[in-house]
Amino acid sequence: MDQFLQLTLSGLTNGAVLALAALGFVLIYKASDVINFAQGEFLLVGAYVMFAVVGELGWHWTVGIVVTVLVAVALGMLLERFVLRPMIGEPIISLIMVTIGLSSLLKAVVSGIWGTDERAFPSFIPSDPINVFGATVTTDKLWAIAIAAVFLVAFNLFFRRSSSGIAMRAVADDQQAALSMGISVKKVFAMAWSISAATAAIGGIIIANILGVSGNISGVGLQVFPVVILGGLDSIPGAVLGGVIIGLLQAYTGGYVGHGLNSIIPFIVLVLILMVKPYGLFGQEIIERV
Amino acid sequence: MLSLNNVEVIYEDVILVLKGMSLEVPDGQIVALLGANGAGKSTTLKAISGLLKPENGEVTDGDIQFQGEPIHTLPAEDVVRRGIFQVMEGRRVFEHLNVEENLIAGAYTRTDRQNVKRDLEMVYTYFPRLKERMKQSAGYLSGGEQQMLAIGRALMAKPKLVMLDEPSLGLAPLLVVEIFDIIKRINQEQGTTILLVEQNALLALDIANYAYIMENGRIVLDGEPDTLRENADVREFYLGLTEVGKRKSYRDVKHYKRRKRWLS
Ligand SMILES: Nc1ncnc2c1ncn2[C@@H]1O[C@H](COP(=O)(O)OP(=O)(O)OP(=O)(O)O)[C@@H](O)[C@H]1O
Ligand SMILES: [Mg+2]
Repeated sequence: MDQFLQLTLSGLTNGAVLALAALGFVLIYKASDVINFAQGEFLLVGAYVMFAVVGELGWHWTVGIVVTVLVAVALGMLLERFVLRPMIGEPIISLIMVTIGLSSLLKAVVSGIWGTDERAFPSFIPSDPINVFGATVTTDKLWAIAIAAVFLVAFNLFFRRSSSGIAMRAVADDQQAALSMGISVKKVFAMAWSISAATAAIGGIIIANILGVSGNISGVGLQVFPVVILGGLDSIPGAVLGGVIIGLLQAYTGGYVGHGLNSIIPFIVLVLILMVKPYGLFGQEIIERV
Repeated sequence: MLSLNNVEVIYEDVILVLKGMSLEVPDGQIVALLGANGAGKSTTLKAISGLLKPENGEVTDGDIQFQGEPIHTLPAEDVVRRGIFQVMEGRRVFEHLNVEENLIAGAYTRTDRQNVKRDLEMVYTYFPRLKERMKQSAGYLSGGEQQMLAIGRALMAKPKLVMLDEPSLGLAPLLVVEIFDIIKRINQEQGTTILLVEQNALLALDIANYAYIMENGRIVLDGEPDTLRENADVREFYLGLTEVGKRKSYRDVKHYKRRKRWLS
């Protein structure tokens, strides 16, 4: 029981990070049909900026989070404006190549600035052991889950309630009709990229707090694909649920089976899902009235 | 309020669709733009609203003035901000957004956010059926309800001029009458100027103050509804009325010639 609870908790922590990264991925795909292979590097950038502000400059962690989010937002906007926008109308394969290129570029920039050694992350989240339902867990995991949950709820509210959030979903549905109500499609694309970079950066901070800062963080980004295929490429709730499911599966297989199964389980799920439910659990159905 | 002067539109750099299109829409009126399939009615509206660009179309000659200022070079969002709202052909509701979210999307350019709630109620009084289905995905509405939503979405933007592209398309006759009634009411009660594109000439002439008939990229006839209704060609081609007692055979030829005269 004790082990089960601990595994569940670390599964949820991982899942929360995956959900944040996947949310950004889905956002970009929904708004602009671009498959962003650089999503994992957004995690990496987030982790290193936080490391630089809190670990190297020694500023307070709240400042660190604000600065990280701002840097991510700016990065997302710049990429959209100067890399993706000039590509509008190009074939899908060129767009894919561009995001793959971006992924290598971001990785290179990060290792150029901070090197490749693994560094200790300034742990700003208290990590005291406490007792939950008879199991001993560390509070940093609970914090990680709470932080991720707060952001996920905030984004959900943004999409349902705010005029900008509704405009983003409108663009995803019918670009020309959105244009006809004065919604700026360019602005929406820029917003999708910056929100996406920001959520991923938060995910990067959480994961770095647990694993330390290193280039490995962008590897977590690879698992975004099984997550979004499972949840449905264009579904925001699907991204969250997919993240949690994959996170839990990894934790349980790692704890109970071992033998490295935990690192391939996401891809086993990926293949299975592609075989039985190619649009994922929540992939958007095409509405057809009869 | 709105005037087009000799507007020429070309798609894909080669397809000439509007060939010297001119029309006037006076403030506060309902103006109908009638014409057969492919005449260029939708293209005219898109040229006004700045929606040609995503379709690779361009105004290459002439000009479009709204309240005395040229607007044919403006992007779509600026045209909406100046008070022109196009309700596109085929309704084009956001299927995965619910009814209320669709309406809020219509209010996107509004700067007086605090009044948006009140205007939602205004739309619901015109279309009570939308209120009942407020939280339903727009994709599952009936065709008529979707058309109501498309018009409601326009009202949410508080435009000075609404351009409706075939609001009767694919709707049952009774529903068409209901929707035209509401269009008329909106024009009178909100003072919204309306440019109405229609295939259903009979009904359009009923509510319009003035009408234009276009063929092949330009206006071939215009006038007050009463005058147009009296015109034999209009009766034949657009109202489907034929004079009693005459049989088709010989007249077909005659009308073909008359039609040719318009086209040349
Ligand atoms: N994006 C486009 N690219 C090329 N040609 C186009 C495009 N859109 C319209 N056309 C052409 O322009 C002409 C006029 O089209 P338009 O849609 O304006 O006609 P319409 O009067 O609205 O017809 P309908 O009553 O069928 O809606 C047609 O011959 C059409 O093939
Ligand atoms: Mg048309």
